[in-house]
Amino acid sequence: MGQTVGVDAVEAMGMRVQLTDGQLVARCRAGDQEAWAELVERFSRYVYAIAVQAFKLPEHDAEDVFQEVFARAYEHLHKLRDDDAIRPWLAQLTRRLCIDRLRASVHEQPEDSIEATDVDDRIATLDESMAVHDALAILPDGCRDILDRFFARDESYRTIGEALELPSGTIASRISRCLAKLRLELEGRNPEAAAS
Amino acid sequence: MSVGERVTGYNEEQLGELLSALPPAPDAWVQAATELPLARQRLEEIVERAKADERYRRQVVAYPEAALEQAEVVAHAQNVEIIRRRLDDK
Repeated sequence: MGQTVGVDAVEAMGMRVQLTDGQLVARCRAGDQEAWAELVERFSRYVYAIAVQAFKLPEHDAEDVFQEVFARAYEHLHKLRDDDAIRPWLAQLTRRLCIDRLRASVHEQPEDSIEATDVDDRIATLDESMAVHDALAILPDGCRDILDRFFARDESYRTIGEALELPSGTIASRISRCLAKLRLELEGRNPEAAAS
Repeated sequence: MSVGERVTGYNEEQLGELLSALPPAPDAWVQAATELPLARQRLEEIVERAKADERYRRQVVAYPEAALEQAEVVAHAQNVEIIRRRLDDK
């Protein structure tokens, strides 16, 4: 059996380590407030995207749902049967609260009907995005930052160049190289699928 | 097919699209959610004080938003509801 190295030891060596979802939940349940902050950070985009993209809630409704999801998660974290299942649990919670919100708003104004299959497809895509995002977290800071700024934050080359103190003429090539690294990282996680 | 299998089949353009699908939530929302443990602790302090001090309890029941703001807790609907529910138990 190989020797295992603890998370703290790895961190002490200056290497970036990403807690698994299950480890993060366990730390939250133990009252670790930094872990809670990391959990919110890790899933905030996911919950936000489900509310705004999949269910197309207006911002004020999405904000209420967002806060309610994390409040309920905080209160009921001990009820989670499988710590590693936090993401589907949050997705289900968000979905339920979005539906409640849409039903409540039906009386106020006619709504565009949202097909369950559309929502399912959209959430499936967001799950894929989360997997890519997880891989992004492992990349070196420079790559993580530049890809997040360009794709997720929709920043221009100029803005990125100013923020990261890089010549804007090099941004495109850096993005391309970082995407290649990201792809390699994903393939490394699943070499059989990459070869097929 | 698992998520891991699907993402490895994508080219760089598709990876970019998947990254674009997860923009950050507004900072203030994330901050409020991050501060939940502290907010809950302060809510408990308000409730405990209200249970020990009838005059304060009446103030909190009448103006829960003011009590929350004084405790530097965001006075959104859920926190107001928690205060009301807890003090109704008395």
